[in-house]
Amino acid sequence: MPQVTLTVNGKTHTVEVEARTLLVELLREKLRLTGTHVGCDTSQCGACVVQMNGDSVKSCTTLALQAQGASVTTIEGLAKADGTLHPMQEAFREYHALQCGFCTPGMVMSAIDLVEKHPAGLTEHEIREGLEGNLCRCTGYHNIVKAIGAAQEVMHGRSATLAPAHAAE
Amino acid sequence: MNAPVVFEGIGASPKRKEDLRFLSGRGNYTDDINRPNQTYAVMLRSPHAHAAIRGINTAAAAAMPGVVAIYTGGDMVVGSLPCGWLIHNKDGSPMNEPGHPPLAQGKVRHVGDIVAVVIAETRPQARDAAEAIAVDYEVLPAATSMAAALAAGAPLLHEGAPGNVCYDWHIGDLAVNQAAFAQAKHVVEFELVNNRLIPNAMEPRAAIGDYDRTTDQHTLYTTSQNPHVIRLLMGAFVLQIPEHKLRVVAPDVGGGFGSKIFHYAEEAIVTWAAARINRPIKWTADRTESFMSDAHGRDHVTKAKLAMDEQGKFLGLHVSTTANMGAYLSTFATSVPTYLSATLLAGVYTTPTIYAEVKAVFTNTVPVDAYRGAGRPEATFLLERLVDIAAKQTGIDKLELRRRNFIPADAFPYQTPVALQYDSGDYQSTLAQALKTADWDGFEARRKAAAAQGKLRGIGISTYIEACGIAPSAVAGALGARAGLYEVGAIRVHPTGSVSVLTGTHSHGQGHETTLAQLVTDRFGIPLSQVDIVHGDTDRVPFGMGTYGSRSLAVGGSAMVKAMDKIVLKARRIAAHLMEASVDDVEFDRGTFRVAGTDKTKAWGEIALTAYVPHNYPIEEIEPGLDETAFYDPKNFTYPGGCHICEVEIDPDTGHTTVINFTAVDDVGRVINPMIVEGQVQGGIAQGIGQALLETCSYDADGQLLSGSFMDYTMPRADDVGTLSVATHETLCTHNPLGVKGCGEVGAIGSPPAVINAVVDALRDYGVTHVEMPATPAKLWHIINSGRRAAAE
Repeated sequence: MPQVTLTVNGKTHTVEVEARTLLVELLREKLRLTGTHVGCDTSQCGACVVQMNGDSVKSCTTLALQAQGASVTTIEGLAKADGTLHPMQEAFREYHALQCGFCTPGMVMSAIDLVEKHPAGLTEHEIREGLEGNLCRCTGYHNIVKAIGAAQEVMHGRSATLAPAHAAE
Repeated sequence: MNAPVVFEGIGASPKRKEDLRFLSGRGNYTDDINRPNQTYAVMLRSPHAHAAIRGINTAAAAAMPGVVAIYTGGDMVVGSLPCGWLIHNKDGSPMNEPGHPPLAQGKVRHVGDIVAVVIAETRPQARDAAEAIAVDYEVLPAATSMAAALAAGAPLLHEGAPGNVCYDWHIGDLAVNQAAFAQAKHVVEFELVNNRLIPNAMEPRAAIGDYDRTTDQHTLYTTSQNPHVIRLLMGAFVLQIPEHKLRVVAPDVGGGFGSKIFHYAEEAIVTWAAARINRPIKWTADRTESFMSDAHGRDHVTKAKLAMDEQGKFLGLHVSTTANMGAYLSTFATSVPTYLSATLLAGVYTTPTIYAEVKAVFTNTVPVDAYRGAGRPEATFLLERLVDIAAKQTGIDKLELRRRNFIPADAFPYQTPVALQYDSGDYQSTLAQALKTADWDGFEARRKAAAAQGKLRGIGISTYIEACGIAPSAVAGALGARAGLYEVGAIRVHPTGSVSVLTGTHSHGQGHETTLAQLVTDRFGIPLSQVDIVHGDTDRVPFGMGTYGSRSLAVGGSAMVKAMDKIVLKARRIAAHLMEASVDDVEFDRGTFRVAGTDKTKAWGEIALTAYVPHNYPIEEIEPGLDETAFYDPKNFTYPGGCHICEVEIDPDTGHTTVINFTAVDDVGRVINPMIVEGQVQGGIAQGIGQALLETCSYDADGQLLSGSFMDYTMPRADDVGTLSVATHETLCTHNPLGVKGCGEVGAIGSPPAVINAVVDALRDYGVTHVEMPATPAKLWHIINSGRRAAAE
């Protein structure tokens, strides 16, 4: 069986896989990183999004062997070692941007990539269009869009702390 | 100095306790669970809508690498997947109730029906082997639509259901109803379709069967909204496993919206097969399987007529519906068009007589059952479209027509002519508040401004009610429910004062771990971090009926209140003993026991510890421990209601509709966590906008599912749903101890007619009285374009 060597969340792994094994199967089944989810089989829902070499990819449509030598970050790798959440994770919590949590890992990974690739900042409309590849059935997206809007201010250093969801509180 | 105490009780919006694990990838969904020595199952499904199975050859498949076992219908002869609600025909006879075998017995009746299960060491091996099974099908003509199934000479799905009819039911007094029409000044008649939807929770269904030969104990891990119900249905009716030998675990579940209420074939198959091979078996649906095996929703065709007097007062309503059951009866399918829909036809209006009849039909399609709102969206869509059409026909303003017919705020409790008694509501106030928020009066100016840009603006309104908090058991039982619909709450106070709540409800996005904990915090005065909500495991939670019909807080929360009452009473007795006072003199307020009128107090923690270390204790009078369980059976349904207003803009060149603004003012009773209520309503509205503008399930005449993937079925995406303005206006439920009504479904119930009323309003110059859902760009473009052609000619 072929082998693949890759770095996931800073740790290097060498794993035997079938040629047809998908990156998401490697992550979930071989490395037991079950935060990355599979919500469809047509690359539409985005529950499986991870970062690979700095780009967001759908791990359900990426062969494990394509990740040879790659550096992959999953939802499990976002928080700091001391448990401090990434600003995007914190914003999703603050803005109630998740309900059942199933689309959330992919949504957060996509949102981080979206914000990182737009240092000048995104409008609400651009955020909505930027989420084209991620489906959520619970939230109606309203709070997800708000969370990303708030997180980008922190990620780009324009604000030291996250704006509270309800200013009065 | 003490840190300021942040109030986390009723009415506060603490951040959700469950979020940290979901945001860190530490959720525990069914497919995340692996059992030692686990195998994998793949279901071989019928590619035909209707076929006789002449033979199944599994020899080649069985010889393939990794294959552990293959079972077909001949191997698995067990009980039928049961239907939980018996409906009677007009003549009093019971409905036709054909069986639903987990594995097809000689015949398949829809694309996706399960023909065989392949169990292998790995999922790819099982999939490969499934492809090697040869099934000899004799393809039969299919009846895909209700019209085709009811036509003379239609293919018959079940021997036990002549004419493909499940039941022909009615409610109301026809003679009284006809008399009302005879004296009407205006009669509005109208036919409409409530489009068939596919729920599509983001987590596909999954199930793991596990069997312990040592204890003869079966365990099923499953993506369920109600594990105890699954234990009851599967154990008692399908596999004949007694409850004490069957554990059902529903861990984190990634959305349900009704589709994970029902007992599905795969659950029975993996549980049954795991005991046969004595190894755990995991099955996880891929999305294609979800489309062809999760119960679908809606799918009603309705003819309605409304009688009015000269002033537009509603005199009577007559409704005839045909409802698609699909190929088999799913768990609650039969109740949806009848007791969950026809009983809502009074809406928020004083219509004195209502007659409704429902014919339920079998077709060669996936079973249809409850989907967010279940019956109430269908009733609401019908009524709120009908009222708009009536306004147009009579020339009475649509707001005025509604106001004239509202049940007044001082008329509660209000008995409708269709069985329900509403306890509270204030429809004038929710209407007024929504009109103000949506700037209804400023609409004409916005319409003109849009017209100047070449766009068609429309505004639509829906004033609705629903019945949830399901349900008083005796009432439901009298109407045909085969189960009780109470809920269970157990409050376990630990020796150090922290609390575990064991609830029979189940959270799959609703945030129960936070909201239910707030009830405890509010009552006992302990921090939210000291309260854990335990749900989803029949071995940990005493019993429960689960989460659907917006019942968790109204019924499950009320059970918790009853259990907390018992805790407080016992704790006061312990405190009275310690303070040498009479129990009647001991007051309890958020964490402190006090002898009334004195400074003698005991803290919560002291009492909890004393209950478990009873050295100084009234042991002759009360038992040690502080652990109480309560069952709560509601006295009535709850009746959330409100007003939704949608403003849309249609691009006449493309037919594309943009939701410019959506305003909701909902009365969901007392709000425990405003942040979570807002989120629930927003999500429901998005599903309603999806139904109105984007989503529909489509079969061809042969029964092939055309909308069988996310590339073919239009799910709402972030840029399809605009900004949602959500507010609440409380009137309290009068019959449960919390005053809560429920917020899970209002968004999906109230919104579709608001959207379509807005679309029709935008098309006012095109002679349109109705647009069937979904109002797709193609549909609207054709309307606009033929209107333009007519104008040009």
